[in-house]
Amino acid sequence: MSLEISKAFVDAILEQSRAEYPDECCGVILGPAGSNKALRHKPMINAAHSPTFYEFDPKDLLSLYREADDNDEEIVVIYHSHTETEAYPSRTDIAYAGEPGAHYVLVSTRKEIAPATEFRSYRIVDGVVTEEPVTITA
Amino acid sequence: MSIEVRIPTILRPYTKDQKSVEAEGATLSAVITDLDANYAGLGERLLENGALRRFINVYVNDEDVRFLGGLDAQIKDGDSITILPAVAGG
Repeated sequence: MSLEISKAFVDAILEQSRAEYPDECCGVILGPAGSNKALRHKPMINAAHSPTFYEFDPKDLLSLYREADDNDEEIVVIYHSHTETEAYPSRTDIAYAGEPGAHYVLVSTRKEIAPATEFRSYRIVDGVVTEEPVTITA
Repeated sequence: MSIEVRIPTILRPYTKDQKSVEAEGATLSAVITDLDANYAGLGERLLENGALRRFINVYVNDEDVRFLGGLDAQIKDGDSITILPAVAGG
C-alpha cells in the first residue's frame, strides 16, 4: 500500500495547516469509487476549533458522504494536522479511525522540523497503524 | 413497517457487505435492537453502556439523532436512517 498524491494537494494541505494554526486543520481528498485515486481536495472545518482535537461537524459529515455518493466517489484521504507533535496518529486518532479503506494523512506544524518532512500517510485498521510510503507527483 | 438503514463501510462486515438494510422499530432504540437480531454484533458497535457510541453518528432522514432525542428518537415507516463513523481525532 502507498499513497500517490499531487504536489498541489500537498502544498494546499500544508498551507491550510499553517493558516489554521494554532488549531488543527482537517479535510479529505475524494476520488472515483474503487479507484484509490486522490483527485478532488475538499478542506473541511474543524468544528472543535482546537489545537489538540479535530472533528468534522456532523452536518458537514453527512453532506460530505451524500455528495460522495451522488458523485460516485469515495473518500480516499482523510487528513489533519498536529500542531506541536509529530505527524503520527495519536491514541485518539486511532480510537476514532472509522474508514478502513482510507489513507490517513498527518501533517505537523511544529516549528523544529521542516514541513516537507512532516507529510505522512497511514492505514488505521482495527486499531493497528501501518505507515505507508507517499509518492508526490507533479 | 420498514425503515432503510444505510451502513458505513466499517460496519458492512456485519451486514454481509450490504450498503443498506431494512429494519423495523418505532424508536431508534427498537431499530437497533431489530438490527442486532438480524445482524449479530452490530448493536454492540453502535451502543456502549446503553448509549450511542461517541464515535458513531446516526441521522434520521437528514437530522442528527442527538437533536431528536437520541435513542428515543421516533421513527416512522419510510424513514431513512444513516449511520456514519465520526471523522475526528486528536
